[in-house]
Amino acid sequence: MSRPLAVTNVRLVDPASGYDGPGAVMVADGVIVDVARGQALGALSGDVEAVDGGGALLLPGLVDIRVKTGEPGAETKETLESAARAAAAGGVTTIVVQPDTHPVVDEPSVVDFILRRARDVELVKVFPAGAATKGCAGERMAEIGLMAEAGCLYVTDADRPIVNSKVFRRVLAYAKAFGMLVAHRPADPWLAGGAAASEGEFASRMGLPGVPVAAEKIMLERDLALVELTGARLLVDQVTTACALESLERAKARGLPVTATTSINHLSFNEIDIGDYRTFCKLDPPLRSEDDRQAVIEAVASGLIDIVVSAHAPAPPEDKRLPYEEAAPGAVGLETLLPALLAFHHEERIPLIDLIRTVTSAPADLMGLDAGRLAKGAPADLVLCNPQTPVLIDADKLTSKSKNSPFDGRTLQGKVLMTVADGRVVYRA
Amino acid sequence: MSAAPPGLHEVLQRTFSFPKRHFLSVLDLNEVEVANLLDLADGFVALNRQTAKKLDLLKGRTLMNLFFENSTRTQSSFELAGKRLGADVVNMSPRASSISKGETLIDTAVTLNAMQPDLLVIRHSASGAASLLSQKVTCSVINAGDGRHEHPTQALLDALSMRRAFGRIAGLRVAICGDILHSRVARSNVALLQMLGAEVRLVGPPTLIPAQAERWGCAVFHDLRKGIEGADVVMMLRLQLERMDGVLAPSQREYFRFYGLDREKLACAAPGVRVMHPGPMNRGVEIDSDVADDLAVSLIQDQVEMGVAARMAVLTSLAARLENAR
Repeated sequence: MSRPLAVTNVRLVDPASGYDGPGAVMVADGVIVDVARGQALGALSGDVEAVDGGGALLLPGLVDIRVKTGEPGAETKETLESAARAAAAGGVTTIVVQPDTHPVVDEPSVVDFILRRARDVELVKVFPAGAATKGCAGERMAEIGLMAEAGCLYVTDADRPIVNSKVFRRVLAYAKAFGMLVAHRPADPWLAGGAAASEGEFASRMGLPGVPVAAEKIMLERDLALVELTGARLLVDQVTTACALESLERAKARGLPVTATTSINHLSFNEIDIGDYRTFCKLDPPLRSEDDRQAVIEAVASGLIDIVVSAHAPAPPEDKRLPYEEAAPGAVGLETLLPALLAFHHEERIPLIDLIRTVTSAPADLMGLDAGRLAKGAPADLVLCNPQTPVLIDADKLTSKSKNSPFDGRTLQGKVLMTVADGRVVYRA
Repeated sequence: MSAAPPGLHEVLQRTFSFPKRHFLSVLDLNEVEVANLLDLADGFVALNRQTAKKLDLLKGRTLMNLFFENSTRTQSSFELAGKRLGADVVNMSPRASSISKGETLIDTAVTLNAMQPDLLVIRHSASGAASLLSQKVTCSVINAGDGRHEHPTQALLDALSMRRAFGRIAGLRVAICGDILHSRVARSNVALLQMLGAEVRLVGPPTLIPAQAERWGCAVFHDLRKGIEGADVVMMLRLQLERMDGVLAPSQREYFRFYGLDREKLACAAPGVRVMHPGPMNRGVEIDSDVADDLAVSLIQDQVEMGVAARMAVLTSLAARLENAR
């Protein structure tokens, strides 16, 4: 085992316990052995590596439950290892990878493959999400029970909505019996088909085919009705519009077992950022109007949206250096998630502890993971971050194999200094 | 420059600095630049009507036509414009080139750029394709239509046709009718005509009007008769036949009944109204032959003629900024 590690002189932010204040943390054998709040740690024994945080933030390692890599099948985009390195550089210590790979993660051997590869990489923790339907094709159920046994954390068809309501109903009902969470992207495929942007003045002027915001609401309303019918738990995959938030709010008020995510991109950008057809800003769901962005920020502040994800989706130049309509959607985000999120702390829009909850204890609790908290006995997943340091994002210098970051050229305030996963230092700036 | 008529000669002598490397969007232009381009084009109209039509303003230059979408009219218009100015003109048809073998737009552009063209004219089915290309090549890029986005030389030639017919553009009421949703011609025309002080209206069924088009500063009408009421110019747009038959309009005959321009509906417009169409026309679908072929009303033939002159004006202006320009 590595030497014990003491991180002192830091501001601890631990949403799980509600503590935000000065303190220190001691780590040994991969777990947190002591958390000192407001006071110094006990006397350090001889062989301890001491890190003086210099007043920086010490947070639980981030948990990002929506990450794509290219492994297996498209390793030129991103491998599990390169994604894990990017995660470590971004202070993310747990990632959940999406099942829409080649082959699709729709049976236990592929789940097992990912878990084994992740163990070999030995950086951050990697868990797979399984497909809800075979091939993510939306027609026949995948082996949900066997994949649950093999270690997948939830099931989803990733970007592809399950259009057939009968199939989706069965997925919800069946998954419930295995205690398996189902995530679903709310998008009406007929309204969304062929769209490259959100419908509205901007898309009209740019001559881009658009999808109306109602497409998100229509599918969400169907999903909520099926949740009511089956009693299954649903994770709404990326709510990005004000109109869908209304539906979500009503469902939560009625006590339906629903949680929701949004992406850091939809919190940070609006459709105008597409500018002169910048394909790094082509996303799925597409960037929305400023009114929608503001509504999504408010929903994170109020807790209506529970979780923020990076929606990390690597795309190499050959998929992005194309006319806008033909370019692949998606953006890398593991390395920029934390500093981009801190913007709302700097703007005093959202209290720091609430902001950090959306990327630590909230996703960890939903996934049933022992992660996302600073407590004695918890796995030593930590990130040390100076929230004040400005960082100019240069996409070419990102750790990810693909460089498609919409933050390219932007200055974010907040720099990850050190990332610890299971007691090992996996990143140091 | 022996062939230049006095009008053209005068225009060419004027100092007209056109500080653009590319010609991508009407929004890149200002009113003075447009006025200069139109004056210059007027001169070229006179030249084109002479027996000796050739100048040497672009002598030694290479113009490449890169048309990913078929267009006999626009391509030959650019070809003639280039040749009449003395340039060498090459037409690339992607169907015969490696584009069909999966090469990307950028790769093709970089390849062609290595052949050292001076001017690259591009038409592509994707909005923003011309802008993307302009970021990757060293020559001047001219947008000859990118998806639903813009067709700036069409707007220029339309403005030229109107200015010559009415003597002005400011104060004209122009109704653009038909498939606005898919039309780059409409987008470029709205921007240019509004800049020049015209009142622009959009007319079409709701399925063919872009979302929030009313925020373009145009009144939107779904009734053709009301939309063209008092209009000085009625500009009809082409509706692709595959978009009818129940997709965006129920049928050809229903479309013609409500949105096709015939003599009876045209009577709602202002006296002296002129009818325009960027071509190619679907006769009996969006426009009745009776109207299209009436030279007292129709400017459609003029538009084609103005197209060559307007493109000559654009090429000349851009060439003045090229490296080693005389």
